[in-house]
Amino acid sequence: MMEISKCVQKMKPSGIREFFDLVMGMKDVISLGVGEPDFVTPWNICESAIFSLEKGYTSYTSNKGLYDLRLAISRYLKNKFSLSYNPDQNILVTTGVSEAVDLALRAILNKGDKILIPDPSYVSYDPISELAGGKVILVKTTEADDFKLTPNLLKKYVSKDLKAIVINYPANPTGVSYTRKELLALSKIFVDNDLIVISDEIYDELTYDFSHTPLATLPGMKQRTIYLNGFSKAFAMTGWRVGYACGPEEIISAMTKIHQYTMLCAPIMGQLGAIEALRGSSGSVLEMKREYKRRREFIVSKLNEIGLSCRMPEGTFYVFASIKNTGMSSAEFAKDLLYKEKVAVVPGTAFGEQGAGYIRIAYASSMDNLKEAMARIEHFLK
Amino acid sequence: MKEILEILEKDARTAPEEIAKMLKKSVAAVRSAIKKYEKEGVIVKYKTIINTDILKDDTQKVRALIEVKVAPQRGHGFDHIAERIYRFPEVKSCYLLSGSYDLLLVVEGRDIQEVSSFVSERLATIDNVNSTVTHFILKRYKADGDILKRIERSNRIAISF
Repeated sequence: MMEISKCVQKMKPSGIREFFDLVMGMKDVISLGVGEPDFVTPWNICESAIFSLEKGYTSYTSNKGLYDLRLAISRYLKNKFSLSYNPDQNILVTTGVSEAVDLALRAILNKGDKILIPDPSYVSYDPISELAGGKVILVKTTEADDFKLTPNLLKKYVSKDLKAIVINYPANPTGVSYTRKELLALSKIFVDNDLIVISDEIYDELTYDFSHTPLATLPGMKQRTIYLNGFSKAFAMTGWRVGYACGPEEIISAMTKIHQYTMLCAPIMGQLGAIEALRGSSGSVLEMKREYKRRREFIVSKLNEIGLSCRMPEGTFYVFASIKNTGMSSAEFAKDLLYKEKVAVVPGTAFGEQGAGYIRIAYASSMDNLKEAMARIEHFLK
Repeated sequence: MKEILEILEKDARTAPEEIAKMLKKSVAAVRSAIKKYEKEGVIVKYKTIINTDILKDDTQKVRALIEVKVAPQRGHGFDHIAERIYRFPEVKSCYLLSGSYDLLLVVEGRDIQEVSSFVSERLATIDNVNSTVTHFILKRYKADGDILKRIERSNRIAISF
C-alpha cells in the first residue's frame, strides 16, 4: 500500500471539489466562476510568439528567465513605479505567479515558522505555506472593515516570533485594494515587526479608482518585500504561464535554487510572448481595463438592486456579494443557483471560513452574459 | 459622455438603463445625451452587420472597389463631383484619398454585369471622371473591426480560483 505524505493528506482539496465537478458536468452554464480574463491574448503577443516558434525558439532558457525579459520587467517597473530591480540579481521569471508563491514560501519558511495569511484569500497561500512547514495564522478580515487588513486588526496578530505575511491586492476574491496611505500605515507594522512580506500584486493593472502603489516602493519595505507579479491578468495570458518575483538578492537566489531543480525555467514561448506584452500592449491593457470598469459598475449596481449587497471593489474582476439575507449557506446558494438557473459562482467559503455568507462573482465575462446571468439570479431570488 | 458612443459602437442594442449603470449616470442623462448625438448627426443610425457569405442564396450581392480619377472643379474641389457619384444607391461607400487616384468607391450590384454596366454607363460617363479601375471583392474577412468568421477558441474551465 502506498502511503501518501501526511502533509499532503492533511491538505484540503482546492476549494470544494464536489461543487467543481458538478459545474463541469453541466451544459449551457453561464459561468461567473472563472478566475481569468474572457479576452483572448492581444494579437501582437500571439503573433510574435508564433514568429519566434517559426524561427526555432524552442529551447530551455537560463534558470532565471531570458535576460531580455528580465531587462524588460526591470524597465517596466522603473518607468511605472520608479521601482528599481537589477535584472541580474533581483528578478526571477517563474511559471506563473503560482510558482512564485510556492518558491517564496519555501525559500523563507523553516518548520514551525509563523506566517500570517488573510482570510478570505486566494486558495493557494494557506496549503502551500503548510507544505513548506510553516504555521499558518489566519487573519480574519470582515465586511465591517471592507475585508481589509488594517493596522488595528494586524496588531492583534503580530507577535515576536512572527516571520512573514502574505498580502494580495487588488485581492482575489474580494476585489479589495489599498490606497498609498493605507499601505503606509500597514507598512509601519511590517517594518516594526521585522516581517518578510510576500506581496502578490498580480491584479495591479486592474485598479480602477486610484493608482496602484507597490508595497516595495514604501519606506523600509524594499529589503523585506518579495514582489510578485505576472502577465496572466493584465495581458490576458493565463495559459502562457509567466510570472515573476522581484526582491533582495539573497531571497531571489534562494528561490532560483529551488526553481532550477523543480521547474528549470518558465516555458520559452511564454517568455517571448511576455517580452512583446511589455513592449507594445499598453493600449490593449487600457482598453480591457475600461471594459472591466464598466462591467464592474453595472454588476455592483445590479446586485445591490436585486438584493445581494456588495461593496464597490477597487480592483480585480471580482465582486464579493453577501447572500446572508437569503438564509442559505454559500455552498447551498451556489449549488441551488447552478441547478435552478445554470449560473455558476464560487461559494465564498472556498477562500476561507470568513467567506461564509458570501459568493464570488467574476465579471470577466461578456456584457451579454452578465446581463443574462443577473436576470437569472434575480429570478432565482424571487 | 463620449463613453456612451464607445459602448453603442460595440453593441447598439445596449439599453440606456444598462449604459446608465455602467457609467454611474442617471438614465435620463444617458437618454438625453443619446438624443443630442442623434440630433447632431454624431450617431448617424443603428445598423446590423450581416455576413452574407453564410446566406448562400440568390440575394448574394457582388461588391467592387473602384478607383476613380477625377478632375477637381474650381470653387468646389472634389466635393461636387463626389456628390454626383455617391448619390447613386449602388455606391455603398465613397472616400477621397491621397495618392495616385482620387476617389475610392465601394459599389454593390446583383452580379458582375450589373456592377460593370454601372461603371461603364453611369460612372465613367460623368464629366470630370477621367478614369476608373475596378477590383471585384472576392472575399470579406473583416469589416469595420469585426472578423466575419466565427473564431474558434478554447473554452475556459467553468470554475477557477
